[in-house]
This record gives sequence, structure tokens and C-alpha cells, in this order.
Amino acid sequence: MSAMTVQKSAQSDPADDDAAATQPRGHGRRGLATTLASHGILTVASLIALFPIAWLLFLSLGPDKDDYLHPGRIWDKMTFDNYSFVLQHTNFFDWMKSSLIVSLGTTVIGVMVAATTGYAVSRMRFPGYRKFMWVLLVTQMFPIAVLIVPMYQILSDLQLIDNYLGLILVYCSTAVPYCAWLLKGYFDTIPFEIDEAGRVDGLTPFGTFARLILPLAKPGLAVAAFYSFITAFGEVAFASTFMLSDTKYTFAVGLQSFVSEHDAQRNLMAATAVLVAIPVSAFFYLVQKNLVAGLTAGGTKG
Amino acid sequence: MTVAIDRATGKRRGEPGQRPGRLDRLKHAYQKYWYAYAMIAPVVVVLGGLVLYPLVRGLYLTLTDANSLNSARTIGVNHIDATYKFIGFDNYADILWGDTAYDRFWAHFIWTIVWTALCVALHYCIGLGLALLLNQKLRGRTFYRLILVLPWAVPTFVTVFGWRFMLADGGIINTMLDAVHLPSPLWLEDTFWQRFAAIMVNTWCGVPFMMVSLLGGLQSIDSTLYEAAEMDGASAWQQFRYVTLPGLRSVSSTVVLLGIIWTFNQFAVIFLLFGNTAPDAQILVTWAYYLGFGQQPRDFAQSAAYGMLLLAILIVFTSFYRRWLNRNDQQLAI
Repeated sequence: MSAMTVQKSAQSDPADDDAAATQPRGHGRRGLATTLASHGILTVASLIALFPIAWLLFLSLGPDKDDYLHPGRIWDKMTFDNYSFVLQHTNFFDWMKSSLIVSLGTTVIGVMVAATTGYAVSRMRFPGYRKFMWVLLVTQMFPIAVLIVPMYQILSDLQLIDNYLGLILVYCSTAVPYCAWLLKGYFDTIPFEIDEAGRVDGLTPFGTFARLILPLAKPGLAVAAFYSFITAFGEVAFASTFMLSDTKYTFAVGLQSFVSEHDAQRNLMAATAVLVAIPVSAFFYLVQKNLVAGLTAGGTKG
Repeated sequence: MTVAIDRATGKRRGEPGQRPGRLDRLKHAYQKYWYAYAMIAPVVVVLGGLVLYPLVRGLYLTLTDANSLNSARTIGVNHIDATYKFIGFDNYADILWGDTAYDRFWAHFIWTIVWTALCVALHYCIGLGLALLLNQKLRGRTFYRLILVLPWAVPTFVTVFGWRFMLADGGIINTMLDAVHLPSPLWLEDTFWQRFAAIMVNTWCGVPFMMVSLLGGLQSIDSTLYEAAEMDGASAWQQFRYVTLPGLRSVSSTVVLLGIIWTFNQFAVIFLLFGNTAPDAQILVTWAYYLGFGQQPRDFAQSAAYGMLLLAILIVFTSFYRRWLNRNDQQLAI
């Protein structure tokens, strides 16, 4: 990961195209036409990336539920009524509470449980190591269909349907192996000499982990935490099956509840979607630089 | 009491001299490795309780005829015990070669394969193209990058609703197509266009991850390699073919595997785009969900059996993929 950031800063120094053209560097040498074409393609791609979100934002300002079919009329009657309605007269804050409880609960349990494992598989080779790594990889690819039926039965036996704890437990089945993988990648980037130094100074492996490595691994822990947070936050299938009362819906389920068989309050839905999207994407942008590095750490080291 | 930090040598320390008895060896192994086992214990417990136990139970369920009418349930204060019975491999036989197996399983299977292949190919090619463009010295490339990761930043369940507004009959896409006198397909009703729309939306959602990962990979390629290639008079295409692509190999193999697994299991896009209105555009995952939770009575046994089949497909695929990578001297980064 550190290697990546160094490379990035090394290459992002502002370079004059003409100067670059005279330099014998493969990366920088291109003509005006290529530059224009690059800008053209990137602009088009950016528009495509931006448009659905911008459109959602625009539609959320139209007061009628069918405005999405004739968006031209929105210009004359733009209003924030949808937003105030959603905030005042729907279960928005209940959904927010559920989403936060479930996502944060998953995050905390996932990261706490996974941290020591990530360290162990990064530093130690024990009998069964390869099998254990394989199990961790396999649990990443469980389709929801594999677990959803037995989970449903187990949770209903335990009276945990429509219960935050039930959903958190279900999410932990994916978040824990996921975090362990991510953290292994991060611990691998911390020099082993630090462990050895700690050991020489008389720390036990647990002591080394807790006192030396864990503080160094804070960015990695943050990435793992963020990943499990957004995965739990955006999960749809389990949430819509296991949460039954509309005050316990997460956002992913609550958003669907605006569209029923008889009625579709699409204007309110758009407003809610925007209200959900803004904080999450803001949060995302804060950590995005570390995200991929965390996920494919090791891969980028070549 | 030592702990094996064997990363440096990469191999386990054996005892070359005398071979002690089994009990001694166990004791020795315990003393040597108990730290490691203690550290992975929490995850083992969680995986055992939250993954293995449900999996075993699900496996048993696939061998029964459980549905929502004969499973244990509580209605009001009355508790009704489960009455489903063991029927062996009938569910699997029915799914794979029963009367209407083609319509139920194989049609969805083929569509799932097509869906996965097309989506991942599109993700990878578009992602690589954009990553290459962003890896140049270009004014405003940070800005482009920020915009281009937007589809990844916003939760899928939000963006898919945005797409539904746009794809609705009479929505903005059809209005624009109308304006330039192109036919306006029924995106959300006609099977072919449903599939087309699903691939389009999923591509839109999945490209940013590929783009950012591959960009990271591109930036970790040593720039002296390009200089050397230039000295040797390599064309741009040759540089791409012989420097860039090999340099990206390990990142590519990881993100492609992740992409395949995620796309194969992609639930949210199809479920939220169509709900239950598109039986022919369902991939196996959403179809299994429909069997178990989208219909009455709920067919738990068949749904679980689909789940097991899906898992089997993925495990077989991943094993071959890893073997293929190892044969080509590549390692999976994850």
C-alpha cells in the first residue's frame, strides 16, 4: 500500500505536455489529438457515471409522484417538500436507527473478532493453515441463497426474526471472514522486524499484537471497518426477509416500501434515496483511497 | 515456548532428528502452535456457529420436502411442529433433470453464465480502458477519477432506484430515444430488454471497482520498464502487450475472480430492478430467493438445494481457477 502511494505521488507531478513530448518517457509522450480524445472519452464516461445520481437528485425536487415521467414540468415547481415530508411523516429516522445499529454492530463484531485471526494468518504458519485460508476464501463466495433458508429457520427457532441481533449475526457470517482477509493483507505490509523486536524485548505474541501491531494497523482496521459497514448497510436480501415491522426496516428495505402494489410514491422515494446517498458517499470519499489498496493488498505489490 | 514466525523461510520447521511418540508430538505441536490456534479461535467459532451449522442444516433441508406449510411455525399462541419428511436426493434430481428442469434450472443457469461472463468482461475492459486513460499525465485527472468512482460510492440500493426511474416506460431514456427517433424498448417488461438493462445497470455499478483496482496496479508497474521498452523501439501497442498486461497479471487475476464471484451472486441489482416481475431475467441467486421467499407456499427445500448447487458451482470454478493460476506461476493476491 505504501508502495502505491509513493508511485502515485511520484507520477502526479504536473507535467507540461510539450515538455513531456521531448522527454524519453513512454508515459508522457502523446500528441494533441490523443489528449483531446482522452479528455473526450473521460468526459463522456464521467457524464454516464454522474447522470443517474444527478437525475435522482433532480426528480427528488418534483412534488408529484409521477413527475419522473414528465421531468420537464419539474423546473417550474421545484420544491423541497418531499424532503420535509420524508423527514417528518415517514419512518425515516426509525430506518436510520435500524441501519446504523445493524451496520455498526456488524462492523464492531466483525473487526474485533477478525483482528487476531488476520494477524495469526499473516505471521504464523500452523498445521491446517492452507485449509483455513481456503475456508475463508470459500465463505466469501457463499451466495445468499445457501444460507438464507437455514438462517431463517434458525433465527425463528431462537425468536430472533425481526430482531437487530439476528440480522447482525447473519451479517457477521460474511463480515468476519471478509475482515480477516482484508486485515491479513494489511498486516502483511507491516514489517516483520517489528514483531521480532517486540519478541526480543520479551513480549508474548499476544503482547506484540496488542501493543505494537494493533496501533500500527489502525488504517487497516479502519478500511476493514468501513468495508463491513457499507456491505451491511447496503445488503438487501437478508434485511428484507428478516425484518418484518416497518419501524425496524433498514434503509435498503424501507426504500422499497414506498412502492406497494397500489401506490408508488416515487417522489418520496427519490428524496429518501438522496438523503441516504449523501452521507454515505461523503463518508466513502473520505476513505476511498485506502479501499482498493486494502482489498487487493499484495496484488498491487506485484 | 516459541512461536513460529516462519514467513521468512516460508516452510514449517520440522524435527529432523528423532521421531517422538504420537502423544509427545501432539504436546509439542500444542506448545508450538497454541498461540496461532488461540488467535484464530474466535473466527473459527464464528464460522462454525454462523456458517457451518446453518450450512449443515441447509444441507439436511435439501434432502427433505420442507416448505412453509409443513415447517415448524407459530400462529398466534399455537405452535405447530414440523411435519416435513426425508426424501433423499429427490430435490436435486428434480431440479437437474425433472419434468420442467430446462425451464426452471437450465434456462436460468445459461442466463447466469452469460450474465456473469458479459458483465465481468465489460467491467474489466471498460475499467482497464478508463484506468489507462487516468494513468496518463492529464489535466484534471483527479477530478475525473472522483466522478468516475461515484457509482461505487453510492449504495447499490439507491442507484438502482435511480435507474428504474430512468428506464421506466416514458422515463428519460425512452424520451431521449424517442427524440432521436429510435425505437423505445420496454426495458422493464420485455425479456430481452430486461436482460439488456440488467447488464447495463450492473456494468455501470461494477466498473469503478475494476477501474480503481487496475489503476492501482498500473501505478505499481516500474516506469523504468517503459523506458527500456522505448529504448528498444517498442510501439505503444507492444508496450501495452508486453509490459502493461504482464504487470497487471496478479491484480487482474484477483479482481477478475472477485468480479466473477460478486456478479454470479449479484442479488441487489436484479431483485431491485425487477422485483418479481421478470421470471426470465432472474439469475440463479434471485431465482432461488424467489422459490424460498417470493412465492406462496415458500419452497424451502428447493430454494436451499439451489443454494447448494450454486455454492458447488462456485467452489468448482474457483478450484480450477486457482489451479490454472498456479500452473501459470501466478498467485492469487487475496
